[in-house]
Amino acid sequence: MTDIGHAVRQICAVYHNDASRLMDIIEAVQSRYGCVSSEAMNLIAQALGIPRVEVHSTVSFYSFLSNRPKGRVIIRLCSDPIDEMFGMLPVANTFEETLGVHVGETTADGAITLEWTPCIGMSDQAPAALINDVVVTYLSTDKAREIVAELRRSGDPRKLVHRLGDGHNAHPLVRAMVHNNIRRKGPVVLADLPPGAALRKALAMSPIEVIRDIKTSRLRGRGGAGFPTGMKWEFTRQAEGARKFVICNADEGEPGTFKDRVILTEYADLMFEGMTIAGYAIGAKEGILYLRGEYAYLRPLLEHILQVRRDAGLLGRDICGKRGFEFDIRIQLGAGAYVCGEETSLLSSCEGRRGDPKNRPPFPAQKGYLGCPTSVNNVETFCCVARILDRGPGWFAEIGSKGSPGTKLFSVSGDCAAPGVYEYPFGITLAELLRDVGAEDVQAVQVGGPSGQLVGPDSFGRRLEYDDLATGGSIMIFNSSRDLVHIVRKFLEFFADESCGYCTPCRVGNVLLLRKIEEILHDRGSPDDLHYLEELSATVKFASRCGLGQTSPNTVLSLLRNFPEVLKRRLKPPAGEFLATFDIRAALADTERLVGRSSVMYAP
Amino acid sequence: MSETIGFTIDGRPVRARPGQTILEAADAAGIYIPRLCAHRELHPFGACRVCTVKVNGRPQAACTMPAAEGMVVESNTPELTEHRRRLIEMLFVEGNHYCMFCEKSGNCELQALAYRFGITAPRYPYLFPNRDVDASHPDVLLDRNRCVLCARCVRASQQLDGKNVFQFVGRGANKTLWVNAERELADTNLDVRDRAVDVCPVGCILRKRQGYTIPIGRRRYDHEPIGSDIERAGAARGA
Repeated sequence: MTDIGHAVRQICAVYHNDASRLMDIIEAVQSRYGCVSSEAMNLIAQALGIPRVEVHSTVSFYSFLSNRPKGRVIIRLCSDPIDEMFGMLPVANTFEETLGVHVGETTADGAITLEWTPCIGMSDQAPAALINDVVVTYLSTDKAREIVAELRRSGDPRKLVHRLGDGHNAHPLVRAMVHNNIRRKGPVVLADLPPGAALRKALAMSPIEVIRDIKTSRLRGRGGAGFPTGMKWEFTRQAEGARKFVICNADEGEPGTFKDRVILTEYADLMFEGMTIAGYAIGAKEGILYLRGEYAYLRPLLEHILQVRRDAGLLGRDICGKRGFEFDIRIQLGAGAYVCGEETSLLSSCEGRRGDPKNRPPFPAQKGYLGCPTSVNNVETFCCVARILDRGPGWFAEIGSKGSPGTKLFSVSGDCAAPGVYEYPFGITLAELLRDVGAEDVQAVQVGGPSGQLVGPDSFGRRLEYDDLATGGSIMIFNSSRDLVHIVRKFLEFFADESCGYCTPCRVGNVLLLRKIEEILHDRGSPDDLHYLEELSATVKFASRCGLGQTSPNTVLSLLRNFPEVLKRRLKPPAGEFLATFDIRAALADTERLVGRSSVMYAP
Repeated sequence: MSETIGFTIDGRPVRARPGQTILEAADAAGIYIPRLCAHRELHPFGACRVCTVKVNGRPQAACTMPAAEGMVVESNTPELTEHRRRLIEMLFVEGNHYCMFCEKSGNCELQALAYRFGITAPRYPYLFPNRDVDASHPDVLLDRNRCVLCARCVRASQQLDGKNVFQFVGRGANKTLWVNAERELADTNLDVRDRAVDVCPVGCILRKRQGYTIPIGRRRYDHEPIGSDIERAGAARGA
């Protein structure tokens, strides 16, 4: 065994003992030693000259990082409702039985750990799991048994991949069984563009002209918030600072979203091209792709594409022969934290810290990564940028609807014939989409993921665009057999787990919302609960510090507004003298057992 | 007066120096905006959200939001009072707060806020979390049952004491105040005279062997509601 002190110091030295690279350092230590032990934390803190508790704080924040040893193989089962609908619970039971552990435990020989994890971006091929970095899809109880047998035999998750997926999923650097499931290509994102074509056109203009083109195209951010991209770039360009950054948010964690996975797999060149154009426009030399930890399996391919672009003169110094224009991109790997999709949390994470959001103002355009002006944009947004520079802003602005130019990628999952990725012009109705994906007997659609809205058939005529049904792209379809209250409970569980805990309303409020929905599911709900949920949701939305808490109650509120009868059916006025949540029999059980007789007043 | 910013809080004109937050400007003007994590000597943090006000109709934490010319700030409205009441109740049910035998009773800012808002019992269910008590330090007790995660000690240790004794670990409901040591508070360089010990608004960080040196009934908030000092100073200036 190598001396851990030596190894940790070496890892820290690779990152120049720079505390802002703590995430990379921790990930490297963990991949070598299986965890970041107390001793390792001391050593990292020493090497970087930071307090030990700062290292501990970062390690403890991310669900893929651990300070205790886990199995050499970690099976992470996707816990989202779509996976459950397609049979995850029996699969989980089979894993538990064959491994002889419960979810959350490690086998006695220290070989395999079994865990739940929120959406891994594979809802179109559910149920799915991550086994270390290897994705396994379309799970069944039989496959679960085979997986355990193979892991027991070889201990190597890579041996679980027998048939490779399509496109770059079969690339030697990926070798994944993942399928792209591209169902409908549009003219903007899912279309070919020779590397460098858009960039050369951009470099023939001045940076200010590039920003003007993006503003003329009226491109809005594709991550969900819909902020005008040109304006964000302009603010970043105008902000004072010698060092500026372009960051691509590839932390798509909204349950039911997987369109960025497909872009990263097949259209990464387009995205990198958009980032490079952004660097030119705002005056940044450095770019970061923040890649969610769940997509670590794509990292070797992405690194390779970056290198090819460097070799082709599309990254580095004097790009495309443009003297003085310098730009390069590094990949920052996340480690399992949904909140890091929030742009200021993402910045904290890139800086090596817990993924706490930052106070605004100042906004990232003024003071972002390491205090420097930073533009954070979505994967799909950068693809749009490259296309706009290639085809012109007028071409782009004519696609889609008035307030929402361009196309949108939708990640469609759940009860439909053809789950997958669809690129449509903005403004199509939900009904059109549902028809194309082969959805029948639809009870409800979760538009925009759990932080979006749950809508019923009376909303199917509405348009998918910023001014009507806005969405970052997640479309989850539930037929009439699904229990919507249970689905809302799953979503609240997700938010409660993923809250960073910084502010009171999100940290406590989501737990309280979850408790109440659970009571209702256990038939302990009373009519007063509707009011309780409304009030509590209002405060969580109103007072939360970032987008997570400001949107997490949407799932409850849309259930209350759009499906009041579904909830009311489960509520009943308290029968006796007690609150519906109070179970007198349970409360008396211990006493009755101790005194050896049942209560006289409250006899069963 | 050049170089000052003019805005209104609940219709009252207020002036602020550039760079001042809404909360600081309100304090100077004698308007009390309820708050818990904010502390005069520390950089604003924005965690408790009790000081949430409406700025031109949108919610903002008064402690982190810089004052700007022409802002219309609402603070003392029935809607905001109701949100604040709920936030305070959340803080009560989230921890294990046993006011009746807490040494901080009467000096506790959380308790004082509850009294000011007329909260007698929270409407939310108690979550009864399992939290650790760290009594290892010879002079200081750390009882996480009463922690409200305000980060005052974290900030005071860094900003006033020049140390790094405290930080948070975990996330969500599992977020916990931790210390800069492998095991416990005794292993840190915390000194009983550190400002980090003083700034705790609740009974989470307590000096040992100092129980009830001021009797109940003669404590800070036993006589007047929290925020009275700010309002009194404002009234005196206004008179």
